[in-house]
Amino acid sequence: MNVQVAADPSPLVIAGREFRSRLILGTGKYRTNEEMVRAIEASGTEMVTVAVRRIDLDRTKEEGILYHLDPERWFLLPNTAGCYTAEDAVRYARLGRAAGISDWVKLEVIGDQRTLLPDVQATLEAAKILVAEGFKVLAYTNEDVVTALRLEDLGCAAVMPLASPIGSGLGLVNPYFIREIKSRLSCPVIVDAGVGTASDATLTMEQGVDGILMNTAVAEAQDPVRMAVAMRYGVEAGRLAYLAGRMPRREVAVPSSPTTGMLD
Amino acid sequence: MTTMIPVTINGDAREVAAGSTVRAVLDSLGLHPRLVVVEHNREILDREDYDNTEVQAGDTLELVHFVGGG
Repeated sequence: MNVQVAADPSPLVIAGREFRSRLILGTGKYRTNEEMVRAIEASGTEMVTVAVRRIDLDRTKEEGILYHLDPERWFLLPNTAGCYTAEDAVRYARLGRAAGISDWVKLEVIGDQRTLLPDVQATLEAAKILVAEGFKVLAYTNEDVVTALRLEDLGCAAVMPLASPIGSGLGLVNPYFIREIKSRLSCPVIVDAGVGTASDATLTMEQGVDGILMNTAVAEAQDPVRMAVAMRYGVEAGRLAYLAGRMPRREVAVPSSPTTGMLD
Repeated sequence: MTTMIPVTINGDAREVAAGSTVRAVLDSLGLHPRLVVVEHNREILDREDYDNTEVQAGDTLELVHFVGGG
């Protein structure tokens, strides 16, 4: 038996769908599509996010992502990135669903351009509408437990608090609030945004959350494929450490070798 | 001679032949219907309706697809 499966026997389950990998990757900002696909393969992820945008009718840019990513191989999660109102987010979510791949959406409503922090009120409004329309809503939010609880009450399939601002790579700035959210919610908690390197991923998973969604940390690494592997191990390490239960912290040293049997 | 009518596609003023269906517009742009989502005057159009929806003068079409994003 695979050691990893034995050590972490339970899959990530969102809206009844099982994922063996607890890592979700974004598909933006890679230097080339070829590098993106190799990084996604290397990460072991089973779910990747995509954005909805106008087709460039003059074809000066790359073709759509479906030319590069097989939706049979990776579960595509359309997002509402770039939306600043509930109305826009609902419009983008509907367009994403109309592509005919799934009725899942990563709901993201931004409230501030500098920090890209979520507009909590608009996120709640949009979540309510989308849940009523049958969407499986995975809601990006800040690390506020009150908002997280409300998103769960509205019927979101997963709540996704940030580790730190989108694209910042600042890592997990508020482990306490992330732990609090995880302990209070029954739906999956996926930390979305802010992870910068593998140790950030590990520390985040050690808080007991169900998974991590990241993009820039992999896409903007010097070597995205290698970083994707590092993130895979980082997420697994953090998950296993959480399940294993860490030793208590002590203010004094305790020897690891016997204190008896020493020579005269 | 074909009569052309003004429409807005992805924010740009364009002209299409009068009587064109949405399907014909996609074909003229070289777009594969399966990889495109069409919003016609702010209403999302089912793929089955591309063939029987005629574009009128002044209509607005948004043609979108999936791109890389986080």
